[in-house]
This record gives sequence, structure tokens and C-alpha cells, in this order.
Amino acid sequence: MLSIVCPFCGPRDETEFRCGGESHIARPGPPDAVTDEAWADYLFYRDNTKGVQFERWVHAYGCGLWFNVARNSVTHEILAVYEMTDPKPHGLVE
Amino acid sequence: MSGFRLAEGGDAIERERPVAFSFNGRAYSGYEGDTLASALIASGVDIVGRSFKYHRPRGLLAAGNEEPNGIVQLGDGARSTPNLKATTIPLYEGLAASSVNAWPSVDVDFGAVNNALKRFLPAGFYYKTFFWPGWEAFEPFIRRAAGLGRAPHEPDADVYDHQHAHCDVLVVGGGPAGLAAAVTAADAGVDVVLTDDRATLGGALLWDTDENPEARAQAAALATRAVAHDRIRVLKRATVLGHYDHNFLAACERIKPSASPGAGAAPAERLWRLRAREVVLATGAIERPMAFANNDRPGVMLASAVLEYARRYGVACGRRAVVFANNDHAYRTAFALMDAGLEVATIVDPREGDIGGVAAAASARGVDVRQGSVISNVIGRARVRGVEVGRFDATATDEKALQRIDCDLALVSAGWSPRVHLFAQSGGRVAFDDSRQAFVPDAPAQAVRSAGGCNGAYDLLSCLSEGTAAAEAACARLRDSGALAHRDVAGRAPSAEAQSPIFRAPLPHASAKAWVDFQNDVTTSDIDLAARENYRSVEHLKRYTTLGMATDQGKTSNVNGFAVMAASCGVSIGEVGTTKFRPPYEPVTLGALAGRRRDAAYHPIRHLPTHDDQAALGATFEDWGGWARPTCYPNEGESRAAAINREILATRGRVGLFEASPLGKIDVRGKDAAVFLDRVFVNTASTLKIGRARYGVMANEHGVVVDDGVFFRLAEDHFLCSTTSGGADRMAASMEEWLQCEWTDLDVFVTNVTTCWATFALAGPLSRDVLGKLARDVDLSRQAFHHMSFTEGRVADASARIARVSFTGELAFEISVPARSAGAVWRALMEAGGEFDIAPYGIEANLVMRAEKGFIHVGADTDGLTLPQDIGFERPIKTKKSDFIGRRSMMRLDARRNDRLHFVGLKAADNATVLPVGAHIVDADGNGRRSGGYVSSSYWSPTLQCGIALARVRAGRARTGETVAVFDDGRTFAAEIVSPCFLDPDGERLDR
Repeated sequence: MLSIVCPFCGPRDETEFRCGGESHIARPGPPDAVTDEAWADYLFYRDNTKGVQFERWVHAYGCGLWFNVARNSVTHEILAVYEMTDPKPHGLVE
Repeated sequence: MSGFRLAEGGDAIERERPVAFSFNGRAYSGYEGDTLASALIASGVDIVGRSFKYHRPRGLLAAGNEEPNGIVQLGDGARSTPNLKATTIPLYEGLAASSVNAWPSVDVDFGAVNNALKRFLPAGFYYKTFFWPGWEAFEPFIRRAAGLGRAPHEPDADVYDHQHAHCDVLVVGGGPAGLAAAVTAADAGVDVVLTDDRATLGGALLWDTDENPEARAQAAALATRAVAHDRIRVLKRATVLGHYDHNFLAACERIKPSASPGAGAAPAERLWRLRAREVVLATGAIERPMAFANNDRPGVMLASAVLEYARRYGVACGRRAVVFANNDHAYRTAFALMDAGLEVATIVDPREGDIGGVAAAASARGVDVRQGSVISNVIGRARVRGVEVGRFDATATDEKALQRIDCDLALVSAGWSPRVHLFAQSGGRVAFDDSRQAFVPDAPAQAVRSAGGCNGAYDLLSCLSEGTAAAEAACARLRDSGALAHRDVAGRAPSAEAQSPIFRAPLPHASAKAWVDFQNDVTTSDIDLAARENYRSVEHLKRYTTLGMATDQGKTSNVNGFAVMAASCGVSIGEVGTTKFRPPYEPVTLGALAGRRRDAAYHPIRHLPTHDDQAALGATFEDWGGWARPTCYPNEGESRAAAINREILATRGRVGLFEASPLGKIDVRGKDAAVFLDRVFVNTASTLKIGRARYGVMANEHGVVVDDGVFFRLAEDHFLCSTTSGGADRMAASMEEWLQCEWTDLDVFVTNVTTCWATFALAGPLSRDVLGKLARDVDLSRQAFHHMSFTEGRVADASARIARVSFTGELAFEISVPARSAGAVWRALMEAGGEFDIAPYGIEANLVMRAEKGFIHVGADTDGLTLPQDIGFERPIKTKKSDFIGRRSMMRLDARRNDRLHFVGLKAADNATVLPVGAHIVDADGNGRRSGGYVSSSYWSPTLQCGIALARVRAGRARTGETVAVFDDGRTFAAEIVSPCFLDPDGERLDR
């Protein structure tokens, strides 16, 4: 079970959180200008990286904050926790 | 000849405190401090169980939790626990245990016929044999013949706890290495948790041989210090079951055996959920048995176990022993046993040549040492009566050259397997070490360090120094938060005492069997057969032969099995590798995993703020989306259906009152609230006037309808959104996610206020008269108070928000008051309604009335493919100016098809027919048929005196008036497609 550092509450067990999947996915728009392919890509296609993965998590059974987590999908090591509006941390992006 | 109690010895037992117990219905006596296993051996019991497949008589092999044979059912009735190991059950007065896999008894077991058939029951015999007429025909027989213990039929009478704990350093194992680690770390000033699965700290120190008395004294002192140390929390009888991510470990503390005296007052077991910054594993090692013909006979035991029984419990496992070992340690064990009073006749050692001082020492003690030899076979069925010894030859055995040696005990030792289970579970890689002939920890994946036996260090000084070093390294990293130093594998010193690679004696004749996995009856022949059948992956071998899949998880068998496979396949053991180590390390009771979350606490159900009032009215409660809600209010002797019909007619004819408090209420405020809700709802929110209400539909990004409800505008920047009763938490969370993750620039706050407000729906033609008596400061007249608007006022002394919205199609008022006023307002409304013969109505009546009006019930009349246009809500998609959640998905080609499943009404040709929910509309499709939709809601309408149904029908809106075939479970009904609104399509009842 992961130990995740909520930016607001501090370290808590994974059971208090919910993972919202891959982060940094831009929502395309306006609807009239979006192709079917671009919309499908936004809805369904994910990197599913073996290695450093950027995810969004919410402290669902805590303060309710959404935040970003950079996590190694092989070792489960959490490399960074950063705000929803922040870009991917330097040094973790290939 | 059998085991007996020695005249002296036994640190663990108190000879002045005898304890009476029973096993398989027979009375025995042991001592306080005994385990069930030690007391059984001391009582001369040879056979403790029957093997899983062949039902062969089995005795105890080991003294610890690696025991594969001594599996018992403890206690009876609600306090019965199956499949416990006799070696881990502390003896108590009145203990009653029985063997798990024998019928009618362990001594006479009819299942033993399988033993005679064993040449027909090889590995994989399930897959090869039971093809005709089918596995189902054989399964009942196989299941009965191959069972373990019986699950109790009654609810568990015990209490189980969960406890969370955090520490700097968690030390698993209270042997010398663990004690050294715990005391070192605690002395350095960090918080330590030390777990040990026994009642007494010390591990192998309590019984194992060691030639270094100074180190023994030093280690013994550590146990005293650990218990007294204020920075060490010691958990005894606590077995770590799993080592998970981020150094999260689960341990089960066995506080009191379920059936023991005084059980029930305190928890039987406690599941510890431990989070450690650093972990030191000091879990020790398991002695391996040797594989040779009939090595499963009672009286063949691990050498170290026999010594443990002698030293800890003063129990001799037999009178005359032959030792079969490939390592020096077993010689020292033999010497210690001789000192304790057992006779060791012969040591059989497959190693040739000079093996150092141990052989000479044995000879000097008068022991006959047979080097280059193996035990080839065991004589005796219910107990070892002798062994046959011959020269070791890996390829052939000369049966005539075997020599018989009489004995009642065969001590075996094929070396040691470090307990690397937890290390491997934590993600660490294990590697085969040739000098130790064992899998040892290699690269760790977490802040985990191994010390002592589990790291391949077997002598006391090494254990102490490794424990100390591991703790020092852990503390250094706690101080510096430095990178984890990965162990340099090449740097591991070769074992001081090189280990022989011989684990197995050749079989004396073709039909002989040598056991590898005792509990699952897997023999060397099974593994050889699997190899011949080309099972090359160790994971496949495991599943094909069931090696290591018994309740002992292969603790004594896996490495031997891998060695046999390696030899059969002509590769090294390292190349074979290990199977995946998975939690739990030891079987765990379901009670411990469940803890307090059982019965009512398993799924806590929410009560309405007026729960007691509803109960007083005779409500029938059911679980509706996690709320205990009144389904209906049957009168004395009234059926459920009659009650529902009566409630509907009362509401339609006079007035009814509905407890609607679970209705979702989400408060949305902020200067961008209207902009936000325009994006959340399929329709538009920003054009709503203050004081007015509007029906809204919410979709997800796939365009699928996920919720609906009425929303109110309280102020320019303040809305209140109703959701379905089951959808409040989900929708509030969804709004938060959009705000926090996507529209971070919007100034909006979302608060789920569902339980802050109690809500009652007062419906029916007389509802205005009832409310008028209580809400005197509000003008309820049709002219002043319009449908789909709301006002604020006082109802029965409570401040209330009153809305004119209706889910029944009747004139209705939705009254929301602070939850604390709920009971008083409910009672006031019922009292005020008394003169109008008001009827409380339940969920069922509510659902029938909404169906009569054709109002959808999201989740019942919609599914995971339903788009707004399918339920007649297409206008916003065409006309709305701005984007909203799911809009692009609603514009796909598939979403624009005109033959989608549309929400329509169905009217059966026969008035009396209530179409079955789930029945399919059958369309002709060429010569065949296909589903053209399904019935989603269907009721008897007491108002219309006929069955009514709501359905989703392909291109349904264009087919109004068409008669379709509705099929369910062999029956076909004719039904006409109609408008979903069966009652009052012009809304006259609504607005009077």
C-alpha cells in the first residue's frame, strides 16, 4: 500500500486517496473544432508508461484536494507531488 | 516406539502445571508451555494426520510454522478454527483438536485406498483423467476426498481488532539478529517495533546449538533489554503476513486461541497495519528435508526440530536415531541430542572425502559415520522401524547392497533455506548462492535490510553482527535520508561451511516415491514427470504438480522441488529460479482481515433524520442507495402491493407525504457559479431567474447521462442543485474534480449539503390546504407561487425552503428544513394533514407515480450508453451556445443516428399484464430476430387500472402506435409503443 504525501495533510495511506488516472491531459475544444480522432485520443488513449508516470490523485477521504503525483509504475516510488496547475517537474520529463 | 517426555530439560514448560487436552477424541496430558505438537509427541502420538491426496499416515516433521503435516481443527461450533498447525498452538486446559483429512480416523482411514492407487494419480491427473463425462461428475468425490479442515457453520463468536502503527525501524523476527537490530536501533534513539511469531523472544537462540557461550550470553541479555527498552514496542505471537509497497507490513497477533478459556472477552487476534521508514528482516532460516523413498513416514523429522523439542519442551521424538544430513550443522545437532539423552546410532552423509572435524568428533562419540552414503528407503508404515542405507550414486541404486539399520527416528537435514519470503514480497530480488545452496536476498527494492539466517548467516556471531550492522545502516539513512545502498552481491562472503548440493537419494525401485511437498503429496517422480512433459517454467511446474500450493506455501518443499526440477532439466537451481512469493506468509483467518467490519458495521446504513417517526408509522425499511428508507407503510394485515396501491390512490385523490431527505443537495456558489453550471448541465443554468427552479440533466465526458435533478437559483452567484438520492456524493465529487483539475480559473465553491437539510414532498390535490395551515407567512396561492419556483418561510416554527416541484405529477410542495427540525416538521405535517386523511407514501409509490407520468429514473431507465437525445433531451445539444461536459461525444456519428434506443412507454395489449422488467423487444431481422431494446421500468398502475411500462426501444419515438413483441423467459407479450407519459399529459393535476 502506497504512502502518499498529500500537499495539505501530509503523509497518509493510499486507502484515503483515489487515483484519477493520467494527468496533464488537455481538454480539446471548442467541440465544433475537435475531430473525432482528437476527441477519442482525449477520452481513451493513455501513455501507460513503464517507468515515471504522471497521475492525478485526490485525497478523497481527507481534505478533498486534487494534486499531481509522479510515480514510478515499476517500483511504485513516488518521485514528486506537485500542484494541479504545475507543469511536470523538471528532471523527471524525458 | 514413539516419543516420550525426558526426565529433565525443557525451558518452555512448567512441569508442576499439567494441562489436560484431547486429540481426535482421546484424552492426553501435557504441561503449561507446551505446544500441541510437543505435547502430542510427549504423549507418544505418532500419527497426527493423513496426507492430502494419498491419505498416508503422517507425523510431525517440524517444530515451527513450516510444519506441513500437523494440520488440525481446533475447537468446535462457532469457535472452531480449521487448518491450524499443531506446532503453533499453545497448549491450554481443555484444548480439543482433531486431524483434518481423515475419515473415519487417522489410524484407520478409508481414503488411504488412494495410496494403493497412487501410480494412477500422477501430477496433473486431474487434467488427464477427468474428461469423460466431465469434470463435474468427479468434482464432488475429489472435493470430499481431498479436503482440509471444515469451515464453521455458525457465525464467528470471536472479536478481532485492527491497529495501525508507525515506526522508524520495524524489526521482523526476535532471534539473535533481530534482537541485535532492535536494541541497536533503539539505543540510537529511534522508535522500533519488534515482531516475533512466538511467545518468547530469542528465536533459534532458545534451542539451537552454538559453540560460543559468550555470544549466547550476550544474545540472551539482548532479549531482556529489548523487552524493557522504552523505545521498543514488542509484538509477540505476531506473524508478519505481507510486506507491501512503501514498507507497509501487515502482521497478525494471535492473542488467545479462539476456543481457549477466557476467549471472547478480549480480541482473539489483532491485525497490525505497520508502516515503517526502515525495515530489518531477521526471519531466520528453515531446515530442508531430504528426498528419499518413504521419507514421509512418521518418525522422519527435521534434525533441528528434534533438538528444539528436546531443549524447549523436554521431549524426545524417539529412542534411537539415524541422521541423514549433508552439512556440519546437523552433526552438532546430533551431539546436542546425545547430550540431551537420545541415542544417535548412525550419521549418513552423502559427502565424500575430508569433511573436517565433525566426522572425527562423531566417531569419537561412538557414532557410526557413513560418508558417501544415503538413506535409500524407510521401513515401517505407521512409524519408522528402520532405514536402508546404501552408497550414494546419482544414477542407480543397487537394491541388494542396501543395509538395514534399526531405528525409530530419522533426522534429516539438507541444509537451510533462508526465509526470504518477506524480502521477495517487498520487491527484492533473490539469487541462488552456490556456497550456501540456497536462495538469498540480492537487490532490495525498498528500505529493507536482511540480517542473520534469512540472509544466509547461520552462526551466532554473524547473526549478531549482521543485526547490529543492519540497524546502524537503517539509522544512518534515517538521519541522512540518503539513497538506499544496494547490497553488493559479489561482496557476500562464501559460507564458512560449504554446503553439499545433494538433497535427494535415488529411489531403490521404480514404484518407490520420495516426497518433496508433504502437505500436497508431491513427489520427486511428479516433478520428473512434469519436466519430461516439458514444463520448463517453474511457475507452470508449480501449478501442474501443486508443489508449494498447500497451506504451508512450500516452506519446506519449494527449494527441494526446484532442485529436483533443475536436475531433471539439466540446469542449475539458479536458472530454475523461484516461484513468485506472495502474501500471506502464513494462512490468516478471515476474521482478522475483517476486524470490526462485520455484521451491521460491514455496510453501515444511513438513517433518515425522521427514522423513528417512520418506524412509528409502521414503515417497511429497505436499503436504498445506502439509506434505510420506507418502501411502504402497510396497515395491519395489509399486503405490500395493497399498501403501495393505497398510498398512490390517497396521494392522487387527497394528499400524501414522502420522506425525501436523501435527495441530493449540492450548494454551488461563487461569482462564476452560473458559468460553471452551464458547463456541468446539458441544458443552461445561467438564464434561470433568481427564485426559480429548472430540471437539469448531467452527463459525463462520454456524453452518457449520469444524473438529473432540479436546480434552484438562490442568488446571482448562488445555486442549489438537486441530484438523485444515490448520486449526491458522486456528483459533488465530480464537480470538485472539474473545478480543481480542469476549470481552475473559475471562482466557485461546491459543498454537498445533502444531510444538512431534511426534505419532505407534500403531494396531492389537497397539499396546499395542509401546508397552508402551517406556513402562514407564505402565499401558497397558484397566482403567487408558480410551478418551478421556490420561496422561503416558516413551517411549524422551522425556517423552511418551499419549492413547487413535483415528481408525482400532482400539485406538490417540496419542503426543506434544517435536519435538526426534521422530526417536529414531519409530525406537524402529518397532524395538519389528519383532517384530510393524509397518507405517508414510500419509495415504491413514489416510483410508480413518476412512471405514470413518464419521468425517468436515472440508472433504471438509463444505462451506460444512454445519451440525452435518447431520453428526449436533445434540444440543448442543438441550440446551446456554450460547451458543456460530454457535448463533443453527443456530436459523434453514432450519437446522431436516428435508430438509437429511445425512451418510450409500452402498453401491453392485455390491460392486466405487467410486462417483466428486463424483457426484450424483439425485432425481426431477416429470418432471425434481434433485440430491439428492453423494458426498464414496469408497474401496475392503480390510478389507470392497467400495467404500464417504460422502455428503451430502437428508433422508438418514430414508432409510436406500433405493436411490438416483448419476450421474456419463453413468454411473448404484445405491446404498443406509446408516449411515456401515461397520466395527465397536459399537466392539469400539476398546476391547480
